[in-house]
Amino acid sequence: MNTLFDKIWDAHVVNLIPGGPSQLYIDRHYCHEVTSPQAFAGLRERGIKVFRPEKTFCSPDHNIPTLNQDKPIQDPVSRNQVETLTKNANEFGVTLYGLGHPKNGIIHVIGPENGLTLPGYTIVCGDSHTSTHGAFGAVAFGIGTSEVEMVLASQCILQPKPKTMRINVNGKLKPFVTAKDIALYIISKMTTGGATGYFVEYAGEAIRNLSMEERMTVCNLSIEMGARGGMIAPDETTFEYVKGREFAPKGEAWDKAVSYWRTLKSDEDAVFDKEINFDAADINPRITYGTNPGMGMGIEDTIPTIDRIDEAGKISFQKSLDYMGFKAGQKLEGHPIDYVFLGSCTNGRIEDFRAFANFVKGKKKADNVTAWLVPGSWGVDKQIREEGLDKILNAAGFELRQPGCSACLAMNEDKIPAGKYAVSTSNRNFEGRQGPGSRTILAGPLVAAAAAITGKITNPANV
Amino acid sequence: MKDKFVTFSSTCIPLPMENVDTDQIIPARFLKATSRQGFGDNLFRDWRYDKDGNPIKSFVLNDPTYSGTILVAGKNFGSGSSREHAAWAVAGYGFKVVVSSFFADIFKNNALNNCVLPVVVSEKFLASLFSSIKANPKALVTVNLEEQTITNEATGEQESFDINPYKKNCLLQGYDDIDFLLSKKDDITAWENNHK
Repeated sequence: MNTLFDKIWDAHVVNLIPGGPSQLYIDRHYCHEVTSPQAFAGLRERGIKVFRPEKTFCSPDHNIPTLNQDKPIQDPVSRNQVETLTKNANEFGVTLYGLGHPKNGIIHVIGPENGLTLPGYTIVCGDSHTSTHGAFGAVAFGIGTSEVEMVLASQCILQPKPKTMRINVNGKLKPFVTAKDIALYIISKMTTGGATGYFVEYAGEAIRNLSMEERMTVCNLSIEMGARGGMIAPDETTFEYVKGREFAPKGEAWDKAVSYWRTLKSDEDAVFDKEINFDAADINPRITYGTNPGMGMGIEDTIPTIDRIDEAGKISFQKSLDYMGFKAGQKLEGHPIDYVFLGSCTNGRIEDFRAFANFVKGKKKADNVTAWLVPGSWGVDKQIREEGLDKILNAAGFELRQPGCSACLAMNEDKIPAGKYAVSTSNRNFEGRQGPGSRTILAGPLVAAAAAITGKITNPANV
Repeated sequence: MKDKFVTFSSTCIPLPMENVDTDQIIPARFLKATSRQGFGDNLFRDWRYDKDGNPIKSFVLNDPTYSGTILVAGKNFGSGSSREHAAWAVAGYGFKVVVSSFFADIFKNNALNNCVLPVVVSEKFLASLFSSIKANPKALVTVNLEEQTITNEATGEQESFDINPYKKNCLLQGYDDIDFLLSKKDDITAWENNHK
């Protein structure tokens, strides 16, 4: 009568502190350059080593440029942070896929790509989108830098056990509806804090039918409704994806692993603290209109009117619309846009590039649109070229940039200018997220492709 | 060893916005430092300064009417990115307590790891506290961690708040999680041996 989450969490508890958090063992630890330097510095101050260096993998991704990666990073502060990661990885003996390495890329893209993310694992990273790895049936969640230091020092963290929630998406999806639309739909129903305190398991026919990469998109966005993490029980889709990847078990170890992984599902009589049902048929291609991912709607819908917002939320709602330059009750379909961003740990995988390329094939990019297409890793970039997607994109007026987090959070040069509208496949539409004053409209790869072709917010089903 | 948390009273700085995300608390372009210091200068950077770096007079941190070491914020404070830099910015500015009706999980953990106490109060208490501060910016609030109580001295309203006993003890004694974990190395190795 246990949930999938309970099974994995409980199996990793080293000690239970009376009245306090669990001491949880961590199987895999990912690191990037932004949230790790103070943690390594902490080890140095204490004069201690990394306890289990073979379990930590690092990749710089947030600060790196998406052009001319072979040249030194221009911004000296960014360069210092990336170089600090290299220095720390070398000094403490942890694996680094640094700039210029064929495995470099966004940490949440390269983990699964290389078979480092496995079902049944506990996985942490100083990054809230660590929930991505839950797609494999892992307990994966983001942590702060003090907790990064705990993991480096002891391969454990202290963590209160969250409550459990199951979200079922029943039935079949309509055409032109992507995994991103499922996630944006769920978040808008739940609100941006609606799953805070919970670890979510996604289930139901529509989830079960998703590919591994689509599952990653759904789990990736769990944090945007406040959830500690999101996960999906592993199945044949999972095993098929993992099999043969570099760090995946091989031979006898593989068979043994799979027979264990098959036990990783919530029992029939498992009880969740909360259970919610959605109907896949209710989901349309979606966009956001405000400054948190919960402020979303169907692409043909209108922004809510102020009377539908509760009293305490009215100030924030109005401030948000003022920032975006929108009005309550406004319809956004047909609204002109300036930028399109395809990429990030949410939608920067090969299937996203396939979807985008197939949509724009034989069409032309709108002249008023600047499009940044940023693969999630060099592995994705290689596959794009092997499949000839780069040629389709070039013919339609698009160019590929080099991998990294890029305009998702604009820590490098890829900043959307103040006041400009960007239809973005990334994960956050917070004020200034994509550059000071930038206005982000979150969407899936097909809505982004349709916007890039028409220069306006457009339902991909109507192009 | 970190600073010990002691009972204190202070005036408050009100921020009645909901869903204040960590990108607002400290924008990504200020995350490039490799030490924990200096983030307080950029707390709420884009609400606090215009693009030329001039203070925006209407923002509460630039309003001399308000001061204190308690930040009072609308519900769901600290959502979004896991960046501990947000907690460093709040602590670096000088806040010891953040009061809200609801906090995002990761921010709450990060705050506790930096001796900033997140105090969860009811919506009613929060609304009343905002009113008290508006009526009198010098209104005092007392936070007693030992007793787990928060008191709005203007109205006499008091609420108790939750904190797990382990974390409470850490704050009161100035202990740190890593000291605890390092003392458990034998248990960790034993766990590993049982899970090969």
